[in-house]
Amino acid sequence: MTMLSERQQLSYIASQAADARLNVELETEGMTLNIGPQHPATHGTLRIIARLDGEQVIWAEPSAGYMHRGYEKLTEVRTFPQVTSLINRIDWLGSFANEVPFILAAEKLMEIEAPPRAQHIRTILFELSRIANVGLFLGDLGVQMGAITPVFLAFRDREYVLNLIEGATGGRFHPNFDRIGGLKDDLPQGWIDETRQVMKKLRGFCDEIEDLLFGNEIFQSRTRGIGVIPADVARQYGLSGANLRASGVDWDLRRDQSLPMAWDKVDFKVWTHPDGDSWARCWVRLQEVRESTKIVDQLLDTMPAGPVMAKVPRIIKVPEGEAWVSTENPLGEMGYYVVSKGDLGPFRVKIRSASFNNISITPWVLKGVYVPDIITILASLYFILGDIDR
Amino acid sequence: MIAQLAVEIPYWGQSLLRVVGGLVAVLLPAGTIVYLFLFKMMSFMQSRLGPMEAGPFGSMQLFAEVGKWLQKEDIVPENADARIYKIAPIIVLVSTFLLVVVIPFGPDAWFTNFSAGVFYALAIGSVSVIGILVAGWSSANKYSLLGGLRAAGQLIAYELPMVLAVVGVVIQAGSMNLQDIVMAQNTGEIFGWSGIGFPFVLTQFVGFLIFMIAVQAELTQAPFDMPIAESELVSGYMTEYSGFRFLMFFIGEFATAGVFALIASVLFLGGWGIPFSWFGWETIDQVDNWMNIAGPLIMFTKMMVLTGIIMWVRFSYPRFREDQLQRFAWKVLIPLSLANIAVTAIVKVVV
Amino acid sequence: MSESTDTGAEPTALASDTLRESIVDALREAIGDDLLESHLIPNDDLWIRVAVSAWRRTGEALREQGFDYFCFLSAIDWLPSPFGRGEDDPSAEPDEAETESKEMTQGYAGGATRFQMFARVTDLRRHVGVTLKADVDESMVVESWIPVYAGANWHERETHEMFGIGFAGHPDLRNMYLPGDFEGYPMRKDFPLLARMVKPWPGIVDVEPMPVDDDGEEAEAS
Repeated sequence: MTMLSERQQLSYIASQAADARLNVELETEGMTLNIGPQHPATHGTLRIIARLDGEQVIWAEPSAGYMHRGYEKLTEVRTFPQVTSLINRIDWLGSFANEVPFILAAEKLMEIEAPPRAQHIRTILFELSRIANVGLFLGDLGVQMGAITPVFLAFRDREYVLNLIEGATGGRFHPNFDRIGGLKDDLPQGWIDETRQVMKKLRGFCDEIEDLLFGNEIFQSRTRGIGVIPADVARQYGLSGANLRASGVDWDLRRDQSLPMAWDKVDFKVWTHPDGDSWARCWVRLQEVRESTKIVDQLLDTMPAGPVMAKVPRIIKVPEGEAWVSTENPLGEMGYYVVSKGDLGPFRVKIRSASFNNISITPWVLKGVYVPDIITILASLYFILGDIDR
Repeated sequence: MIAQLAVEIPYWGQSLLRVVGGLVAVLLPAGTIVYLFLFKMMSFMQSRLGPMEAGPFGSMQLFAEVGKWLQKEDIVPENADARIYKIAPIIVLVSTFLLVVVIPFGPDAWFTNFSAGVFYALAIGSVSVIGILVAGWSSANKYSLLGGLRAAGQLIAYELPMVLAVVGVVIQAGSMNLQDIVMAQNTGEIFGWSGIGFPFVLTQFVGFLIFMIAVQAELTQAPFDMPIAESELVSGYMTEYSGFRFLMFFIGEFATAGVFALIASVLFLGGWGIPFSWFGWETIDQVDNWMNIAGPLIMFTKMMVLTGIIMWVRFSYPRFREDQLQRFAWKVLIPLSLANIAVTAIVKVVV
Repeated sequence: MSESTDTGAEPTALASDTLRESIVDALREAIGDDLLESHLIPNDDLWIRVAVSAWRRTGEALREQGFDYFCFLSAIDWLPSPFGRGEDDPSAEPDEAETESKEMTQGYAGGATRFQMFARVTDLRRHVGVTLKADVDESMVVESWIPVYAGANWHERETHEMFGIGFAGHPDLRNMYLPGDFEGYPMRKDFPLLARMVKPWPGIVDVEPMPVDDDGEEAEAS
C-alpha cells in the first residue's frame, strides 16, 4: 500500500472522529437511542442510532453492515453459473428475482437469448417472487404498527406461493433455477392450473388485508402524512420501485425498458400515488401485488411451447465486455454491472441493490419525526437486510 | 357471610376463606383469560391452533409457563436501583388485589362493603401507575424509560374519562355503594316493565363505551399499547424483568383486565344478579342464599364476555401513536363524558 | 473488445442511435475536452470516460440535461488478481499452460490507470441511462458527487472503504460496512479473499485414483 496522501490522512482522521462521535453515550442534551441491531422491528440486523429530544428525533442514522457478506468480492472467485447460487441470497424473500438481472447481463455479453418459453416462465417466476415478497410486506406492515393478526394471514397465503415456486424449481427460498441461456427445467404437470387457483386466493388475500389493515382509521392516522418524500429528492437518492412511484414518478422498469422477458407481451397498469408519504408507499405495493396476480394470469394464458434452454456450451466462458442490466425487483431497481474478461468467471460484478439506495434516504427523512414514526417510515420504505448489506 | 350457609366457622377460618377467595377471584380470571383468549382465541383468529401440547388442547400451558418463569434466574441489572426495581411489580400486583376486595360477588359474598366503593375502586386503580413508572425508570434502560414515561402520560390521561363515565352511573343509581348499584339495576324497571331489570348499559351506553375504551387504555392493551409497543420498545417498561418479577407483571396485566371487567359488569351489566323480578325479590334481604353460589358464576360469565371484547380489540387494531392517543383522550373522550354526565343529570331530574 | 468510438462515425452498418449520440454531443459541449472517450452500443447502452478533474462537472452537466436519477457509484480495480480464482488444488503443481495473462487492460471506453471510478445516472423521461467512468490518479482522491446527487453519500462511503479512494468534499467519510479500525481495502485485487487462502476450494476435482475392480484391474478413468 502506498503512503497515504495528506487528503487521505485527513479523511481517515475525519472518519475516526465521526465514529467517536457516534459512540459517545453520555449526552447532555437529548438521549441517544440505539434501535437494533437486535430488534423486533428491523427486518434483520439494521441499527438505527437516533438522537432524541423527548419523543422527537433530532437526527437518526442507520448503521448498516452487520450482515455484509462480501458478495462483490466473492463473485470474483466463482464461475458464472456458480454466481447464480450466490446471488439468490441477496434479497431472500423475492429470491428468483435476484438471479434474473445477472443472467440477463451474462446472456447480453454472450449475445444469446433464452427461448420464448423460458422467457415466459422466467417472468412468471419473477412475478411470483414479487407476490411472495410484497405479500409478506403487507402483513409485516401490521406488525410494525401493532396489529398482530395480518402477519399470520400473510404467512399463510405466502405458503401457497412458496409451494408453487418449490413445485417448479425445487427450492422454496433459494430456487437457483435460472441458467445462462434459459432455465434448468420445464414446469411440472398441473403447475399452471394450480397457479391459477393460487392467484385467485391471493386476490382474496389482498382484499382481506385492504379491509383489515388499510381501512383501519388508526392505521391511516399512523401513516398518512408521515415521512413525505418529494419526487426530486427521491430521484436524487435513487429511490426505486414502489417508493419512487408513491412519490408520483411514473417509472417502471418492466414497462420502460426492453429486456428479453415477457413483460411486453402483457397489459398491466403502473400504479403511482402523488402524496409520497408512508400511506402512499404501502398502498402502491398493495396494488402492485394485485397487478402481479393479473400479470401471472395473462402469462399463463399465453404460454408458448418450446424448449427451455438455448444452445450453450457446457463450459460457459462469457466473452470480454461490460454489461449493465437492471430489473424491477420486488424491492426496487436491482441491477448487475458485469465486467468480464473472457474467463470462466466475472472480473468484477457491481451489485446495485434497491434497499441500499432506499435506506440511504433515512437520515434525510427521519429529521423531526416521533420515535414510533421511525418504525412506520422504515416499514413503509421496506428493505431487506441482505439487500442493503450484500 | 359463610354463616348463611348454616356452618359455624371460627373467625380465623372466615379470614382464611376470604384470603383464598380473594386469591381465587384474582388469579382464576387471569388464568382463564390468558388461556382462553390469549392462547386460543388469538390463535384461531390468526388461523393457527395455539398451544396444543401441554394437556388436552393445551389447557395446562399456563401452568407450564408459570413453572418456567418461576425457575428462571433472578437478574437485577447492574445499574438499576435494586430496591425500587424489586418493589415495582409488587405495587402493580397489589393494586389489583386491593381492587378486587370491593367488588360484590353475591348478596352476602363480598369482602368489604364500603359506602363509597366506587370512589375507592377508582382511586386504587391509579396506584398501578406508580408501579409502572417506577419500573420503567429504575431499570437503567432507555427503552424502559421511554415506555415508563409513555405509560405515565397515557394512564393519567385516561383516568379522567374512566372516572367521568362512572359518575353517570352513580347519578343514575343514586349511591356510590357497589352493592346498591347492583340492587338498583336488578330491581329497576324500564318504563314499568321489569323483564330484564334495568342494566345501566342501556341508558349509559355512551358511558359504557367510554369506560371500556378507558379500561383498554388503563391496561395498556392495543390500540393503546404504546408503553409496551412490542415492535419498538421490545417490552417497554417490562423489558428488563425476567422470571418471577415478569410473571407478576404478566399476571397483573391479565388480572387487572379481569378485575376491571368485573367492575364494568357491576356498574353497567347488573353485577352478580339476574333480574330479581324473575324471583319476586324486592330488597336485598329477600334474596335467597343460593345466590351466593350462583352470583360468582354469573359475574364470571359477564366478566368473560367483556374481557373477550377487550382482547378481541387488542388483536385486531394497530396502535395509536402517543400524541394521537393523548389527543383522543383529552379532546374526544373527556368532553363526551362530561356531556354524558350533563344529560344524565338533566334526565334524572326531569324524569 | 474495448472499441472506442468517436461520435458520429459507426464502424459497422448497425442502426444508428441518435438519442445516445446527442447525449454525447451535449456533454461534449458542456465539458469540452474533458470528455476523453465514449463507447456506444446502438440501442443498447452508452459509456463515457471523462477526466477525473471534471468528475463533478460532468455530473452537473448531465443533471442539467435531465439525468436526475442517481443509480449507483463505485470503482473498478483493473489489476488482474495475483491470487487467481483459488480453485486449483494447492498441493498440485501449477499448470504452466494455463496461467492467465497478467496484463492489465481496461474495459469499454478505455483508461490508463489501475483504478477507475464509474457511476450510472438515468434520465427517466427519455428512458436512457449513461455509465460514466474516470481514471483515478495517484493521489487517489476524487471530487465528491454529493452536491450534485445527494444519494451519492453512501455509495462514496462504500467505495472509500472498499477501494481506498478519497472523496474531497464528503462531509462524513466513515466506513459503511466494516468496523472503524479495519485495515486494508477489501475490494482491491491484491487484497486476498481470506476464505480461499485459509481453506482450499472444496470443489476441486478429486485426485484420488479410481477404485480397483474385483478382477484386480483398475476401472477406466472417466
